Amino acid sequence: MSTASYETVETDVLILGAGGAGLRGAIAAAEAGARVLVVCKSLLGKAHTVMAEGGVAAAMHNVAYQDSWEVHFADTMKGGKLINNWRMAEIHAKESPDRVIELERWGAVFDRTWQGRIHQRPFGAHTYPRLAHIGDRTGLELIRTLQDRAVHTAGVDVHMETTAFKLLTADGRVVGALAYRRSDGSLILYRCSALVLASGGAGKMYRVTSNSWESTGDGTALAYDAGAQLRDMEMVQFHPTGMVWPAGVRGLLVTEGVRGEGGVLRNKDGERFMERYDHERMELSSRDVVARAINSEVIAGRGTPHGGVYLDISHRKPEFIKSKLPSMYEQFLKLSNVDITKQPMEVAPTLHYMMAGVRVEPETGATNVPGLYAAGELAAGLHGANRLGGNSLSDLLVFGKRAGDAAAEAVKRSPKAGNTKIDPAQVQQAIAALMAPFDRPAGESPYKLHAEIQDTMSTHAPIVREAAGLKEGLVKIEDLRERANVCGTGGSTTLAFNPGWHTSWDIRSMLVNAEALLRSALERKESRGAHARSDYPKTDDQLASVNYITKQTPHGMSVEAEPIPTMPSYLAEILHRSYATYTPEEME
Amino acid sequence: MELTTLDLNIWRGDAKGGELVSYRVPVREGMVVLDAVLWVQANMASDLAVRWNCKAAKCGSCSAEIDGFPRLMCKTPIAEYGGRISVGPMKAFPVIKDLVTDVSWNYEVNKEIPPFTPSEKDLSSSEPWRMQQKDVERVMEFRKCIECFLCQDVCHVLRAHDLKGAFQGPRFMVRIASLEMHPKDVLDRRALLKGKAGLGYCNVTKCCTEVCPEHIHITDNAIIPLKERMDDVYFDPVRSLLRRLGGGGKHPA
Repeated sequence: MSTASYETVETDVLILGAGGAGLRGAIAAAEAGARVLVVCKSLLGKAHTVMAEGGVAAAMHNVAYQDSWEVHFADTMKGGKLINNWRMAEIHAKESPDRVIELERWGAVFDRTWQGRIHQRPFGAHTYPRLAHIGDRTGLELIRTLQDRAVHTAGVDVHMETTAFKLLTADGRVVGALAYRRSDGSLILYRCSALVLASGGAGKMYRVTSNSWESTGDGTALAYDAGAQLRDMEMVQFHPTGMVWPAGVRGLLVTEGVRGEGGVLRNKDGERFMERYDHERMELSSRDVVARAINSEVIAGRGTPHGGVYLDISHRKPEFIKSKLPSMYEQFLKLSNVDITKQPMEVAPTLHYMMAGVRVEPETGATNVPGLYAAGELAAGLHGANRLGGNSLSDLLVFGKRAGDAAAEAVKRSPKAGNTKIDPAQVQQAIAALMAPFDRPAGESPYKLHAEIQDTMSTHAPIVREAAGLKEGLVKIEDLRERANVCGTGGSTTLAFNPGWHTSWDIRSMLVNAEALLRSALERKESRGAHARSDYPKTDDQLASVNYITKQTPHGMSVEAEPIPTMPSYLAEILHRSYATYTPEEME
Repeated sequence: MELTTLDLNIWRGDAKGGELVSYRVPVREGMVVLDAVLWVQANMASDLAVRWNCKAAKCGSCSAEIDGFPRLMCKTPIAEYGGRISVGPMKAFPVIKDLVTDVSWNYEVNKEIPPFTPSEKDLSSSEPWRMQQKDVERVMEFRKCIECFLCQDVCHVLRAHDLKGAFQGPRFMVRIASLEMHPKDVLDRRALLKGKAGLGYCNVTKCCTEVCPEHIHITDNAIIPLKERMDDVYFDPVRSLLRRLGGGGKHPA
C-alpha cells in the first residue's frame, strides 16, 4: 500500500473512551490545566455506563449509620476473594462518598431519604444499604451529569464516533494514537503527552452478554500491543440475572436492584434454592455465588422451560415496583410481555463485566508503559476475583479522576506533544493492517468470525471451566486469529460508515482478550470468585496471595504468577473485625 | 398467525440519494426490528450502516423511522407489524449513510444552554445537600431522557420547516426544564427561552410527547410550564413593568 494520508491533531491528554471513567478523567485533567481530547466509538452519552442500573456504592451512611469506609473496604476485599489490589480497595472505599456528593453538586439527582439525604439501597454482599441510586437508571444519571459537566469545562474537546486502532510509542513512551472516523473512514494521528485508556470491557466475546456492541476489549488489546501488562485476565463476571427469552433479548440485564428490593429466586419446583447455596445472605449473596447457583439448578434439571430460573418481586405492591424499578417493569412488559408486578421473570446468568484488565499503579492508574494510564472497567485490581454490584460506578468516578489528575501532572514533565518523533513506518504499518480487509473480497466475513469467537468462549470458558475445555478453546482462538488476519469486507469498498470493516478490527481486539483469558484460566488451578474450575473445585489458600500477570514475550503471550504484596496491618485488622448485622427496622 | 419470514425494506443510500432495498429475514421469537436489521448486516449487507449500542432502550442510539413513524428499533417487536416493514433514517437530520444521520447539531445546541448553577452558598457549603423526594421527582422525569432525538425528528418546526437556528427543539426544552426546576439551580434561563432557544416556535401539537420512548410528558410538563414562566416575565404587563424596575428571583443567564 502506498503512503496513506491522515490528519494530525495535538493535545496534552488524550482519553480513549467517554464512559464514566473517561469523562471523569477528562474533567479532572482539564481542571488541572491540561488540554484534553476525548475520543469515543459512539455518540457522546451512549457509552456502556448508561446501562448501569442499580446504583453507585459509597459508604455515606445515610441509611445505615453503622456504615464506614472500613466496612466497604472489607466487603470489597471479601467479595474479591482477597486477590484485589488492597490499596485500590482502600482508596475506593475512602473516596467514593466524595465523588458521589460531587456529582450531586454538578446537578445529578438521586432518590432521597425522608430526611432529604441521598437514599441508599441494599445490594448483594454489601453489609449495609450503600448504593446511591435514581430508580433503576443510575448509569444514565451519572453519564448525563458528567457529559454536561465535561462539555461545559474549558479545555475539553470530544471526537465522537472515532475508533483508535493503534497506540504510538517513541523512546518507550506512549505519545499518541491512530484512529479512524467511523462516518467516512478518514484517518487521524493524535499526538499527546499522556494517554488515558478508559474504553471499557470485552463482553462481546461471549454470546450471552449484557454488554453493548462497543465492548470489544479494544483498550486492553491496545495496551497489550504497546507493552502493557494485564492482570487477573481469568476473572470475568457473569451477572446472575439476565433475561432468557425471547431469544432476541437473551442476556439483557435484569438489575440486582430487583433482589435488593426484595425479589426472590425460585426453581421450577417453586423452591427458594438460594437456601442451599448461601443460607445467610440468600438472594443477596455475591454475584459469583448466585450465578453458579442458578447455573447448577438449570444443569440439574430444575430450570424453567427456557433454561433459567424464576425471579419474583410480585409480592411487593405494584406502585412500589413501578417507582423503584421503572425500567425493569417497562423492559419486561415491552420485550417479553411479562408484567413483573403480577408474574415472575425468567432469568439466567449473562456475561457482564471484566474484573480483568490492564495492570495499573493504584494511586494514579499508571501502567508499566510510560505515558499510558488506564481507568474504569479496563483497569484491573480493585475488584479482584469478583465485583460487588455498585462498585463499578464508584470505580469509574474515583479512578477516572485519579487517572485524569495523574495524566495532567505527567504532561508537565513530559515532552510536548508536537516535539516527539514518531516513526513513520510504525504509522504506515498499522494503517496498512487496518485497510487490508478491503483488498480481500473473498476473505471470510468478520461477522462470522465474531460469532465463532462467541461460540468458542461460551463453550470453552463458561461459568465452570476445566483444563481440557480451556485448551481446546485456546486452539480454536489461535485458529481464529489466523483467519481474522485474512478476513475481508465481502467486496464492499466503501470507507463511509462500514460496520463490516469496523468489525474486522474489533475481532482482533477480542481475540487478544480471549487468548489472555483462556491462558490465565488455565494457570489458576483452583476455584476462586468468578473463576470456577470443575477439575479444581476447591479454593487454594496459597493462591490467595497470587495474581496472574499476562505479558508479551518474543515467543508470544505469557502468563506468570506474581505474589501480592503483604497487606499493612491497619488494613488486615479491618478484615478480621466483625460488623453488626443490619436489620431493615433500623432503616431511617 | 406465526410469521416465518419478514420482508424488510431498508433505506440504503447517502446524502446524494438512495432507495428502499428489500431483504428477506428469517423470523425468531421475540424479534425486534433492530435484530432483523443486524441479521441483514451480518448475512446480506456487511456495510449496512446503523447506529446501536445497548439494545435495551437505555441509550437512545437506534432511532429510525419504522413504516414512517419515529421509533427505537430495539424496542419495536416485529410482531406489531405484518410480514413487511420499511425502515428509514430520521428525516429531520442530514443522512450520512443508510440509517445513520448526522445528529451533531444537537450536541452543539447543548453547549449553548448554561449548565446547572447552584448558589454560592450551596456550593461552598461543606454539608451534603438536603432535598426532599417530592421536590426532585419533578426533574427526575426530565432526566429520564435518553437523547434518542426522536422528539427532534418529529417536531414540525425542525422537520418540516428546518428552523434549526431558531428553535432548539423539544429535547432541549426538556433539558432546560430539568435545570430550571432543579431545587438547587439559581440561574434564570427565561431570556434564553425567549431568544436563542426559540420556545415561542412551539405551538404545542404534542407530537414530541407521542414519540418519546421514555414517556416523558414533554409538552405538558416541560414546554407548557416553561412557556408560562417566560410569558410571566415577558408578556404579563404588570410583571414586565416590575422586571424593568428591577426585581429579585433567579439570576439572569
